[in-house]
Amino acid sequence: MILNRSRGSKIFDVFNYILMFILAFSCLYPLWFALCLSLSDKAAANSGMVTVYPININVSSYQEIMKDAKFFNSFWISIQRTVLGTVVTMLVLIMMAYPLSKSTRDFKPRNIIMWIVLFCMVFNGGTVPWYITVQNYGLIDNIWGLVLAGSLPVFNLILVINFFRGLPADLEEAAVVDGAGPWRILFQIVVPCSIPVLATIVLFTGVYHWNEFFQGLVLTSGEAHYPLQTYIKQMVVNIQTTNLTKDQIEQMSKLSNKSLDAAKVFIAMIPMLVVYPFVQKYFVTGIMLGAVKE
Amino acid sequence: MKKRISTSVHYVLMIVPGFVWMLLFSIVPMVGIVMAFQDYNPRMGWFGSEFVGLEHFEYLFSMSDAWRVMRNTLIIAISKMVLNIVVPLAFALMLNEVRNQRYKKIVQTVVYLPHFLSWVILASIILNIFGRNGVINAITGIFGADPVVFMQDDSIFQPLVIGTDVWKEFGYNAVIYLAALTGINPNLYEAAAIDGAGRWKSMWNITIPGLTPTIILLAVLGLGSVLNAGFDQVFNLYNPLVYSTGDILDTWVYRMGLVQLQFSLATAAGLLKSVVSFVLIVSSYIIAYKVADYRVF
Repeated sequence: MILNRSRGSKIFDVFNYILMFILAFSCLYPLWFALCLSLSDKAAANSGMVTVYPININVSSYQEIMKDAKFFNSFWISIQRTVLGTVVTMLVLIMMAYPLSKSTRDFKPRNIIMWIVLFCMVFNGGTVPWYITVQNYGLIDNIWGLVLAGSLPVFNLILVINFFRGLPADLEEAAVVDGAGPWRILFQIVVPCSIPVLATIVLFTGVYHWNEFFQGLVLTSGEAHYPLQTYIKQMVVNIQTTNLTKDQIEQMSKLSNKSLDAAKVFIAMIPMLVVYPFVQKYFVTGIMLGAVKE
Repeated sequence: MKKRISTSVHYVLMIVPGFVWMLLFSIVPMVGIVMAFQDYNPRMGWFGSEFVGLEHFEYLFSMSDAWRVMRNTLIIAISKMVLNIVVPLAFALMLNEVRNQRYKKIVQTVVYLPHFLSWVILASIILNIFGRNGVINAITGIFGADPVVFMQDDSIFQPLVIGTDVWKEFGYNAVIYLAALTGINPNLYEAAAIDGAGRWKSMWNITIPGLTPTIILLAVLGLGSVLNAGFDQVFNLYNPLVYSTGDILDTWVYRMGLVQLQFSLATAAGLLKSVVSFVLIVSSYIIAYKVADYRVF
């Protein structure tokens, strides 16, 4: 397109390519670093010798995790939570979004419900009242506490409503003439037409439940009930940040096992890496739905 | 007519599960705001505890903690707000100048990976990299520098929090700009090239004006998070040695309320945050609607 490329322009290109490489590298490095640490031997990992490649490669950290029942218990809780959370959220969102995508002519209470929903999006009672509420429901140490306590994801609901509203009205009119009821129209016509946006929200919801650690911390009484992220927060992160003197830190680092910790962290990243190609495919649509509307 | 009524009944049935969910976990906790005005006693509950008026708010403002926490929250949140607009914009513009489409695609694919990793995971890695025996100290050590314990230095903590957040989100935040860039008419660039405009001039006179509406919209919508300094991140990175610069409103409320069990005091602080955020978000939506014709639904 541009034929006359000046020397300054070429220098800029070289600089730009290098900068882009550094940025991309910085985003992959944490992943690579965790993998290297987990595959290095304990002494090398603890002394900080591992930087860009594993030292004395071995899989003993992973073998040790295989014997760690607590880790697998937490892993299993996270899987249950993610699956249940995603299924429940999607069902509820789809059902709720459909009537709210209608005009007030078709569904009278639409606007008032919409205002309540919006209010819940921009205002909340705060952490403490929320915690006391959930506690009073008896949802401590309960998988349903983790699934439901985050409440209805209002922002995602609005994305679905907006998408449903954009679907051509003729689709439904034809089905109504054929005698289909609202449930059939929703699940056999509207939902199949909305797969891209629903897929985006499935991914967002799944990622949210997998990554969430705070509810796992306050809505559980101990490590037997921790989801994976909370387990890692308590077992790995906390030890590093506690307030210790220099001697104590040295003592701790002798006892700690960075290689093992890194292996746990890496395993917790694997589900994310597995879904990443799908995230790739759909999430740009998702962000755009939320950001720009014409 | 009759058919319409029966359809409405089905519509109501469809809404019930979601509405109940919202009622139980969003609206009921709002009732709990009364705790901020009570001397809350878990045995008496929200309806039996004694009312004390604004006592907790007065106490709150008399605490030295309050100002420290407020200052940290504002510094961290506002810095993040500004940099999370500017850095992704600069990145999108630079990436847009990459002519090799494959290289561009690969970079684009990689940079939003950190957005999808949790702060627990990233913190564990960041603490390792910046730790006493971490990668940074190993590198500076080569040049003979003494090791620095970054995570225990309260003068480094804020830049570190802001920097790592910008790093985590720049790729994700750039997506919106990159999409807006594809919407700029390519004929404009050709016309400019014929008129003898270089890359710098094209960027300045075509690309930036083309992105201005998006930038304004994002800036306005960002207003609502002035008090959100990022609980997940700070909570996973901080430690008592850096409370002086690292403690933010949300972490303070958590420690007061759920660790020290000062329920009413923490509720009062949380309420202040909720109210201010509410006002800011609503104003930002109104401005966005007036300026950019943005509508939530």
